[in-house]
Amino acid sequence: MENKNNIRFIQGNEACVEGAIYAGLDFFAGYPITPSTEIAEHLSARLPQKGGKFIQMEDEIASMGAVIGASLTGKKSMTATSGPGFSLKQEALGYACMAEIPCVIANVQRGGPSTGNPTHVSQGDVNQARWGTHGDHSIIALTASNHQDIFKITVEAFNMAETYRSPVIILLDEAVGHMREKLTIPEPGDIQVVERLRTSVRKGIDYHPYLPREDDRLPMSDFGGEHRYNVTGLFHDMWGFPNNNPKVVSELLRHLVDKIENNVNDINMYKEYWLDDAEYILVSYGSSARSAIHMAKNRRSRGVRIGVLELQTLWPFPTEMVREKCAGAKATIVVEMNMGQIVTQVKNAVDNPNNVFLANRIDGQLISPTDIKTVLRMIQGKGV
Amino acid sequence: MDRLRLVFSGSGGQGVITAAIILAKAAAIFENKNAIQSQSYGAAARGGATRSDIIIDDAEIFFPKVIQPNILVSLTQESYSTFAPIIRPGGLLLVDSKYVTIEKKVDAKHIALPMYNTVMEKIGKPIVFNICMLGALVGISQLIRPESIMKVLETTIPKDFMDMNKKALDLGMKMGEKNRY
Repeated sequence: MENKNNIRFIQGNEACVEGAIYAGLDFFAGYPITPSTEIAEHLSARLPQKGGKFIQMEDEIASMGAVIGASLTGKKSMTATSGPGFSLKQEALGYACMAEIPCVIANVQRGGPSTGNPTHVSQGDVNQARWGTHGDHSIIALTASNHQDIFKITVEAFNMAETYRSPVIILLDEAVGHMREKLTIPEPGDIQVVERLRTSVRKGIDYHPYLPREDDRLPMSDFGGEHRYNVTGLFHDMWGFPNNNPKVVSELLRHLVDKIENNVNDINMYKEYWLDDAEYILVSYGSSARSAIHMAKNRRSRGVRIGVLELQTLWPFPTEMVREKCAGAKATIVVEMNMGQIVTQVKNAVDNPNNVFLANRIDGQLISPTDIKTVLRMIQGKGV
Repeated sequence: MDRLRLVFSGSGGQGVITAAIILAKAAAIFENKNAIQSQSYGAAARGGATRSDIIIDDAEIFFPKVIQPNILVSLTQESYSTFAPIIRPGGLLLVDSKYVTIEKKVDAKHIALPMYNTVMEKIGKPIVFNICMLGALVGISQLIRPESIMKVLETTIPKDFMDMNKKALDLGMKMGEKNRY
């Protein structure tokens, strides 16, 4: 018989919490905001149970600072927020990029800009996840459309944060964050959990925090522990001290970008539905993908050769994969709830950008299968 | 089974959303169905029209919202007026006879039951009004086994409240069974 103890009927935000606990989260600092509040709420109960720490901070900026500090001391750390709070975190997020501090930021998207449409769905923060903080950098952003996948990408977010020593953003949205459905919690070991790579340099021997190993990875030393070292948001040398030598600056910036962009294929997560013979391809992600799959399944039953490419890694954008998957399509329709943030990437990726169309909805309502069908019919020349 | 699409509507504080969660959870965990529950969110915690959507199916469910419900439950006049027009033709409309006066009939089986008054008369606590409504719905439509609902309640509410909830569920079922659909 199925083990009912592992089955939950919960909100997407709680699935994110369960994933974080599974991944070994030790520390959460945050400032609750709709529609992400349940992440903080449930972690405030779950984390102390396993010996972790939960702190409700005075604001989002301080939360991000606390997360960075906790991570440096060796704790797996995360925060959760929505658009307005995500804006506030951007400066510190850039610091985490520069100082290469692993951390996870969940952004459960609501309508924006500003305080916007707090209780309604949107996917308007896709580009903010990519370019919210200033300066050249690369970032990892993951998303999912159902609770089993939210769990999985949350574990992967922590794994990638440790592997690449980078902030990783989990981009959920109000619809998938608040709806309830079944989640089966995997057994320990079912999903690999990546632990912190710590230095083998012994106490009393000089540790260079930014001296890469042969495989380019940077082992860490718990801050405040056995080694003394410097951490800064300035360009820095292998000791972590500020340095504006052109060679140091150039090499560090290239390293920050390359460590992510050169691993696009390892970071890329996606799902596909009926793509083999598809003339029409829907590219979607998050809760929009649910509507895209619903619509495609329905059209399939009426003989339309249509398929869905569901993106789970939004950044770094999997340009090559999208180009290959969409190569044979008569038309590609990007389904998203913004004014066209991923459609731009898809147009850049494919051979013929004129065959890429946008099916969007921006009024705070979940885009429906009918909304997508309307766009498909226009492309097919059937009228609406 | 055919896909079941339900909308529970009423006023904040009546337990409409709680009832929706209990039903969907019972179907998902104790009847091995796929089930999704979602709700419209507003800034208000009490008062105002609330709505919760539930979809139950053997097949996988993707689009999580209900556009045309097979079953609509309305526990206030306002929510009845708002949502009665969206009911799927041939569907079921269940209302509480104290709170809702049926005005213009739509193409659906209309059932008005004195759920609130019965709860107040037999139990005296309005807090189990929503469980009585679930009982009535189960009695009318057999959409789920009442034991599955009880199992959910056992895992979510304090022991001392179980008897009251069981009684409310039974009261609802008795009323519902007289109106099999």
